[in-house]
Amino acid sequence: MYFDSFQDLWQMAGHGVYVWSCYALFVALLGINLWHGMSQRRRAIKQVKALLRRNM
Amino acid sequence: MSAINWRMPRWFYQMGSPKWFYEWAGRLQPWFAGSVFILLLWGMIWGLAFAPADYQQGNSFRIMYVHVPAAILSQSVFMAMAMAGAIGLIWKMKVAFMVARSCVAIGASFTAIALLTGAIWGKPTWGAFWVWDARLTSTLVLLFLYAGVMALNQAISERQTAGKASAILAIVGSINIPVIKYSVEWWNTLHQSSSFSFTEKPSMPAEMYLPLLLTVLGCYCFFSLLVLMRTRTQILQTQSQTSWLAAHRDIRGE
Repeated sequence: MYFDSFQDLWQMAGHGVYVWSCYALFVALLGINLWHGMSQRRRAIKQVKALLRRNM
Repeated sequence: MSAINWRMPRWFYQMGSPKWFYEWAGRLQPWFAGSVFILLLWGMIWGLAFAPADYQQGNSFRIMYVHVPAAILSQSVFMAMAMAGAIGLIWKMKVAFMVARSCVAIGASFTAIALLTGAIWGKPTWGAFWVWDARLTSTLVLLFLYAGVMALNQAISERQTAGKASAILAIVGSINIPVIKYSVEWWNTLHQSSSFSFTEKPSMPAEMYLPLLLTVLGCYCFFSLLVLMRTRTQILQTQSQTSWLAAHRDIRGE
């Protein structure tokens, strides 16, 4: 590891707040996209199933 | 006299079939998902904890490993969206419009990430969250273009018409992409020039650029995964009356 301790890694000589917030933002936005994509798919499957049941 | 017998490969037409696309995308998805997980985790941990600090910027340069891939993808996704739209217009391919529509949310997200992480990076580096610089302004315009395409898609309920209108906006809007790319050369900007390209040898040492390569590839895989997933969802939404879908294991299963 480049840093001496996890404390150092967290603080990054004063830049920690900027760096960690960027990574958090990145992971959060990608996570939201993935979650939304998956929930849309689940909803679509449910709708197709409901439609088929009605037509049977 | 022979006519030019040039045809697109077979898979190109097969991909135009919703059934084919649904099957193939379903098979590809797990590979992209696995790649995303490995590449992003590896690249981010390497970039955060193991890459050496920059001699000028110190540790704030680690923001590069999320900022640069997001910025690259914000432009690549727009081009992909415009190209898919063009294919939809030329070959009248429904699936191509679906692919273009699937690009919007993820492209806008990458643009938002690029702008936000850029703003956070700007504070310790330039002393300001935002400057009306050519690179930043043209990227903000890109976000508005994504918003425009999204609004068009939402406003027109007939999918084919929405696809056509959005394709035209995406194609016209793609004029902004070279503007973003060359903004750092055409205008005097605060933003540094490109740190990374696939064709040139990077100016950074390997332990600094390899994590970036990983996160860039990881983001491309993430984009591919999301586009496949969202396009499959649109196929589910529009093909619900077809017999192949009714017989499909995704519907009949459980």
